[in-house]
Amino acid sequence: MTASVSIKLTVNGETVTADVPPRMHLADFLRERLSLTGTHIGCEHGVCGACTVRLDGDIVRGCLVLAVQANGAAVETVEGVSDSGEIADLQEAFRQRNALQCGYCTPGMLLTAQELLAREETPDRETIREHMSGNYCRCTGYQAIVDAVETTARARAAART
Amino acid sequence: MKAAAFDYVRPASVAEALELLRRHGDAAKLISGGQSLVPALNLRLLAPEILIDLGGLDLRSIAMDGGVLRIGALARHVDLLNSALVAEHAPLLALAMPHIAHPAIRNRGTIGGNLAHADPASELPAVMQALDAAIVVEGADGTRRVDARDFFTGIYETVLAADEMIVGVEIPVAEAGRRFFFHEFSRRSGDYAIVGLAAAATVAGGTASDVRLCYFAVGDKATLAEGAGAALSAGPMSVERVAAAQAALAEDLSPQDDQQGSAATRMHLARVVLARATAALFDDPALAGRTAA
Repeated sequence: MTASVSIKLTVNGETVTADVPPRMHLADFLRERLSLTGTHIGCEHGVCGACTVRLDGDIVRGCLVLAVQANGAAVETVEGVSDSGEIADLQEAFRQRNALQCGYCTPGMLLTAQELLAREETPDRETIREHMSGNYCRCTGYQAIVDAVETTARARAAART
Repeated sequence: MKAAAFDYVRPASVAEALELLRRHGDAAKLISGGQSLVPALNLRLLAPEILIDLGGLDLRSIAMDGGVLRIGALARHVDLLNSALVAEHAPLLALAMPHIAHPAIRNRGTIGGNLAHADPASELPAVMQALDAAIVVEGADGTRRVDARDFFTGIYETVLAADEMIVGVEIPVAEAGRRFFFHEFSRRSGDYAIVGLAAAATVAGGTASDVRLCYFAVGDKATLAEGAGAALSAGPMSVERVAAAQAALAEDLSPQDDQQGSAATRMHLARVVLARATAALFDDPALAGRTAA
């Protein structure tokens, strides 16, 4: 049996301490230890993007980061960016455009899209598709997701002028 | 699936990491970004007894030193993608970066981890060979520099000894007149390549010289197509010379059959991308059998 490791990190702004087995990945830690079940687990080997979270401000695959590697880091999940209102307009655009059906991929889609929107003012559809290419959706056919991201980008750009 | 249990240790220095490697040998795996290792752990393709996490080491810098661009092993793909030094002095590397996986993976994956993993479908081993880069390796006996062309020995295999680790790469800066081309065929943006090519050449007076054509996802490791490179630089460029280079690929490459494509498909695509590379390097679409737009 392998020894647990003590970690201390912030999750959605709150300090968390825990003892974790080294093999536990961050997505399992968030879901099972902290009951933050907005982070979904799909493929568990880095292909589908459902487990996307932010680690020190960058989006990462929650299934490809060990919880012990997040020691000392700041983690943000879809619950955090949702509660803060940071992505309220993006969520509303997803609703308006029917950019989700079953919703399984949606947390990952939102966090991935928000990273692009924070970096580029009005990305074109090709850029949006490229940026979202690591996130699978099995319901929508992606068109509506690209619509929602594009709509949000334009609305934010208009609000800035 | 979930990874099998393992122990975990996070050294504070390269010396400490090497000591841990020496002590644990093959029972240990080094982890940096983990973007190839953790999937293998989760799928239980690997089950090391202990992970040695390099995340605390100061090996992330990207800097110019004389005529050499030095990149620390822990520089992430996103760091390379956004680096002005890489864009200026190693433009081929900059061209390749957007093809490596997806943003969330580029935010974690590192150049050292990628090279040590030695995936035959990966972009970076090919880019390193096309750029005549050296891979800087540290072990108990000190530091050695391995020519990228000698580093990769097979599928997930390198010349690294069990007690050695990559600490960085050194890329000679691009000379004036050097031109570059990068392309890969894949089913989805960011997926594994079916066939890819990283190319560099000096083009002057309608003739190419010092041609480096490094293919990846064709065979068991990234491979320099030396016969095709020699054929391309044997005289003034022409459609016939491109055809001769394409024919030479039969000797240079040993494509494999897998679920992504047959060997015949791969050889065909390798020839297609060679013509496109030549057309791009010479800025002449006719060399790829195309008319100017």
